[in-house]
Amino acid sequence: MFFWSLVLIAVGIFSSFIYGRSRIKLNSKKQGTKSKSLPNYYAQYVLMWCLFPALIVYFSWAIFQEQIIQNIVISNFEYIEGAVYNEGLLLAEIRNVANNPSFADGKSIEIINAAAHYSSLRQISQISFYTSIIIIMLLGALYASQKLKPEFHAQHTIEKYIQYILIFCSSVAIFTTIGIVFSLIFESLRFFAEVSIFEFLFSTEWYPFIPIREGQTAAEGSFGAVPIFAGTFLVMVVAMCVAAPLGLLTAIYLAEYASQRVRKIVKPLLEILAGIPTIVYGFFAFVSVAPFVKAFGQSIGIDASPTSALAAGMVMGVMIIPFISSLSDDVINSVPQSLREASLGIGANKAETIKKVILPAALPGIVGAFLLAISRAIGETMIVVVAAGTAPNLTGNPFENVTTVTVQIVVALIGDQEFDNPRTLSAFALGLVLFVITLFLNIIALQIVKRYRERYE
Amino acid sequence: MNNSIAKEKIVSLRKKRSLEDMRFKYYGFTAMCLSLAVLVFLLYTIFSKGYTAFQKTIVLLEVDYNQEVLKLTPDSSDEDMEKGKFFRVKKQAIENFFPDLSKSDIKLVKKLFSINVDKEIKDYFLDNPEVINTKQQIWVTAHSDVDQLLKGNSRRDVPEDRRKLNDIQLSYVDQLVEENRVKQVFNNFFFTKADSRHPEIAGVAGSFMGSLFTLFTVFILSFPIAIGASVYLEEFAPKNRITELIEVNISNLAAVPSIVFGLLGLGVLLNVFGLPRSTPLVGGSVLALMTLPTIIIACRASLKAVPPSIKEGALAVGATKTQAVFHHVVPLALPGTLTGTIIGLAQALGETAPLIMIGMIAFIPNIPTGLTEPSAALPVQIYLWVESAERGFQEKSAAAIMVILIFLFMMNAIAVFLRNRFERKW
Repeated sequence: MFFWSLVLIAVGIFSSFIYGRSRIKLNSKKQGTKSKSLPNYYAQYVLMWCLFPALIVYFSWAIFQEQIIQNIVISNFEYIEGAVYNEGLLLAEIRNVANNPSFADGKSIEIINAAAHYSSLRQISQISFYTSIIIIMLLGALYASQKLKPEFHAQHTIEKYIQYILIFCSSVAIFTTIGIVFSLIFESLRFFAEVSIFEFLFSTEWYPFIPIREGQTAAEGSFGAVPIFAGTFLVMVVAMCVAAPLGLLTAIYLAEYASQRVRKIVKPLLEILAGIPTIVYGFFAFVSVAPFVKAFGQSIGIDASPTSALAAGMVMGVMIIPFISSLSDDVINSVPQSLREASLGIGANKAETIKKVILPAALPGIVGAFLLAISRAIGETMIVVVAAGTAPNLTGNPFENVTTVTVQIVVALIGDQEFDNPRTLSAFALGLVLFVITLFLNIIALQIVKRYRERYE
Repeated sequence: MNNSIAKEKIVSLRKKRSLEDMRFKYYGFTAMCLSLAVLVFLLYTIFSKGYTAFQKTIVLLEVDYNQEVLKLTPDSSDEDMEKGKFFRVKKQAIENFFPDLSKSDIKLVKKLFSINVDKEIKDYFLDNPEVINTKQQIWVTAHSDVDQLLKGNSRRDVPEDRRKLNDIQLSYVDQLVEENRVKQVFNNFFFTKADSRHPEIAGVAGSFMGSLFTLFTVFILSFPIAIGASVYLEEFAPKNRITELIEVNISNLAAVPSIVFGLLGLGVLLNVFGLPRSTPLVGGSVLALMTLPTIIIACRASLKAVPPSIKEGALAVGATKTQAVFHHVVPLALPGTLTGTIIGLAQALGETAPLIMIGMIAFIPNIPTGLTEPSAALPVQIYLWVESAERGFQEKSAAAIMVILIFLFMMNAIAVFLRNRFERKW
């Protein structure tokens, strides 16, 4: 369906283009007047009327077909009285039987019937999909061909359409944001319907184990996210302790001391550090740094766990060094040369100039860079998933296992996802917190950097 | 008198100050070297842990393709041959592997071989059907535990109960080594097979193809949309609130954590639109949304770099604005936009968290062949192997990291090449 319908559409647009071109040439010859635009524009006009309705049909079919079929199958399902059905499991079973007849052995008759119903509906849907695409393309081409008259300004119309397409492209970013906000808020509301928002934000117990089956004797889950926020904060602080001095000093050295040649070599190397996927850092933390931290902790008499906030934070710090250094480098470079010269002119040496003049002048930009780095550290996932652990410890000891917001999102969504279970939904609530905090940090940082730039321009 | 004291003071102060200056410079230099040292150490760790994965251990096994044991005849049809009882041949071969094996030892020796040996014995036979009723010396894959032991990745001096291989098995392995019946060869499985529960036959081919399909989807979705958006914002957009909103939106989206895009994919693409889980189609769509801001920013920069005189020239000879932009500005900006897209794709290639959210973390033992088939992706594969308790997977994860880094390096090299080759200085 996926491939052949694309071929069908491709054939449709090709032939509509040819058709439009020849038709307008014929029409203008008949009337003996020159057409207002070049023939290609008329062809493009027909093409657009052929393509876009077909694409709309195509995507709506791709999106809604499965759901509509499932709804029909479920609503026609012959329920046996007294039996309890789980809709999701039932559907999965029906689909399995429909896709693979060998699964049918030993299944009850109503499931086999439903599977047959399902496959027949799929077939109907397939056939009507192809016919409706063909019909829509023909209708579009027909409508467009009525307008193929020499006095019709095809070029103006095409340019208007192109504008619409461009506007649609730029609004994808807005749709994405809306999608993020709505999906997070919607699922979070479902979560907060079962767990009070005060418990989530202020309680210190995080045991998200809710009995899934009836009669299962697990403790009632509790969703106090304070230990998770504390863990995130701890890892972030460790990361910034590594990245802030190293990144800033590197930036100062590169901007103020290093020769052109050193800059040319070191900057791309730092970019490599920035381009390494985070899972690679996770591997590094897990294989090299965590055992080292454990051994180090034991040597000074602290019982370190194999996964610790320190190991994850240190590696995360390394990850954001290039981020801080490149942003600070830009900021330091944009401090006006005249400030530097004035300071050197009254006899200060380089270090004094940097410490007393350049850094204070660049401070807002550097703060902005640090805020962006903090937001990066909070949102970082793979390093902490691999190296920080999953136990919600409320502790300030970096040698202990901690967990972070991102880790808990991953943990909640790996394995069975049940969207009526607060454990799965908690991922969205945590995601919402994460989104709000990082957005807040970004807006502040961008504001600071922007204001700082304006000052020296 | 006073003068000389003051002079001395000044001299010592100056010395102190220049010392301070030196020290500060030295701090910066150390910080830079430390950062680079970490990079070197990181790469060294990956290489030293991973290079062994490119080799596998094979064992020489004498297989008797007896027609009675196989339940075949020399003139069986190809279909019958497929159904031959090769597991019985293998069982016999292992029973006769060492002379005078006791029953309990046979079980132990069996564990020295990979699960894949049945298939290797069968494939050898299907390739050379004339070997029926003869004894053949075949090199077959050893079990991962043997492999790890011989590569020195697992130690033999730890107590027996903490080892994968017990003392008896160790003695057999030593005997094999003495008799030159094991050797290490290039590990073709790593590049031709998909994921497996057994480290010795797990490979990156499946996840590599999954990543390729995902990147393809990202490219198809994000390249046209990014060009459209940047052309609109750079050339057509009126200066008003809505344009400003879009611009703020794009710069904020660029900084949203990737895991949030994963939640978007899960909440909207999977739950609302019902797209198939674990597929490159969904993964690619999520990553396309994620990389879109990066690519748009790069595209806008390259559109900005085209001098306005070119557009003005086109307008002056009577082109409409659309013609001027699409016939003259966009083609000139194309190399720059391609470079930006490749850099965005490189970012998408390494992204793991969003793919986990939309279920590309499932165990997929076969190589995907399409966009709507469940598949793994390279970074997720690395994650799965890192998390795995099995020792043999650690070298695999490091080797898979090497593959992904080489892939990334090539993409960046292409981007740099495009930039140097086609970028024009005006």
